[in-house]
Amino acid sequence: MINVKELHKYFGKLEVLKGISEHIHPGEQVVIIGASGSGKSTFLRCLNLLEMPTSGQIIIDGEEITNGRHDVNQLRQKMGMVFQQFNLFPHYDTLGNITLAPIKLLHMSRAEADELGMHLLEKVGLTDKAHVYPAQLSGGQKQRVAIARALAMNPKIMLFDEPTSALDPEMVGEVLKVMADLAAEGMTMVIVSHEMGFAREVASRVFFMDGGIILEQGTPDAVFNHPQELRTQEFLARVRESK
Amino acid sequence: MNSLWSSLQLWWAGFQDKFYVCFIEDDRFVRYMLSGLGVTFQVTFFALILGLALGVVVAMIRVTHDTASANMRPGPGRFLLALLNTICKIFVTVIRGIPVVVQLMIWYFVILISIRNGIVVGIIGFGINSAAYVAEIVRAGIMSVDHGQMEAGRSLGLNYIQTMRYIILPQAFKNILPTICNEFIALLKETAVIGYIASTDLTKGAYIIVGRVYEAFLPLIAAALIYLLIVMLLSWLFGKLERRLRASDQR
Ligand SMILES: Nc1ncnc2c1ncn2[C@@H]1O[C@H](COP(=O)(O)OP(=O)(O)OP(=O)(O)O)[C@@H](O)[C@H]1O
Ligand SMILES: [Mg+2]
Repeated sequence: MINVKELHKYFGKLEVLKGISEHIHPGEQVVIIGASGSGKSTFLRCLNLLEMPTSGQIIIDGEEITNGRHDVNQLRQKMGMVFQQFNLFPHYDTLGNITLAPIKLLHMSRAEADELGMHLLEKVGLTDKAHVYPAQLSGGQKQRVAIARALAMNPKIMLFDEPTSALDPEMVGEVLKVMADLAAEGMTMVIVSHEMGFAREVASRVFFMDGGIILEQGTPDAVFNHPQELRTQEFLARVRESK
Repeated sequence: MNSLWSSLQLWWAGFQDKFYVCFIEDDRFVRYMLSGLGVTFQVTFFALILGLALGVVVAMIRVTHDTASANMRPGPGRFLLALLNTICKIFVTVIRGIPVVVQLMIWYFVILISIRNGIVVGIIGFGINSAAYVAEIVRAGIMSVDHGQMEAGRSLGLNYIQTMRYIILPQAFKNILPTICNEFIALLKETAVIGYIASTDLTKGAYIIVGRVYEAFLPLIAAALIYLLIVMLLSWLFGKLERRLRASDQR
């Protein structure tokens, strides 16, 4: 589903991704962990070309997207993205946030789109907030709306960049629950997150990124309980301490 | 006491006479000032529309160049954008560096020599002048919208223009509305120099009356009061609009 070969990314002279090669299969849920600045966000954002890779190949769903001939907007319709800062559109209500893309891109009628929107709101448990503006939602509710918005284009892949990091602790659970449901439905997901408990339960594989490469990867059990690399062990020790 | 009363009466009689000569006789108020006010409104209104339209285009080019061109593949598109950006930068610098009266005269006497309609030339001149200021205002407004909004729009598959149109610009306009209203008021007052290119606006109308009746005080004060009233009325209206928009923010 996602095939990455020798991916490099520079910001100016700074090499942030130093050759990543990975294959993520359909229906997999990959959780990426790693220290701040190790390139997790950059890697994720390369997958839907929010960042342009400097070199290397990315093949999504059988199509190479890095050859410069691919329709970026078409690609992104297949890949939903959820951001740490939610990035809801403040001038649209909840339903408007969800239905904007289907109406403009899939040329759905307002009624069809509203029906889809309500269905997605049901999925994230927010039908009562359909006509509320983002300013009136809690962080957890905002992120659930953001997930519903990303799902509205019926994507094959969902990317999450630290979806719970900006949330108060008591709201983390409701968002992770929605993501776990999504995983149970077999959605292909790539998630940057430090929620170890969630990764253990949901992830098919865990990637540990360090210094612009995927230093270690494997099942949650392998990476969390039997890390082979010293850097991984150090990182996990630090995370556990801070908990 | 008596003498004060009679001198007051005398002044009042004189004032009435002057008022009659300045404004009533020959329909001067209607013919010069009221019709002049119409010209003032016309020029302001259409120049504002032209200024907004052109200003938004210039702002879009500048913003697109500054934020998106780094991610564009090298090629003719990127070159064209750089070229347009340079033209826009020069445009803004030149227009903002020249007094609007001078610009107006250059349009009327040099460039648009074939158009002998001062109102049309005025609309073009003031509109283009205004565009340079509006462009900078709109640019600041677009820059003030969180970068995450563009990313969220693009990540859904909306293209750059769609994201601008449905997501960025509505938020930018809300942010800059007060500044745009000020620009509108400033423009209304600036049109007072359109008399230089053979158009009779409110100011020129008052000035014509001064020349006809050899009386400066009343026509000029009348013009001043009319401007003041309009500006106060507009400020009040815009203030109300703003408060309403702000209220809808705290939904
Ligand atoms: N647009 C950019 N321009 C220049 N440098 C950037 C840009 N984006 C990221 N970087 C740099 O690239 C490196 C990796 O950043 P990235 O955001 O991918 O890290 P991360 O692993 O997601 O970290 P965090 O856990 O803090 O989110 C950092 O050194 C960062 O400063
Ligand atoms: Mg990050």
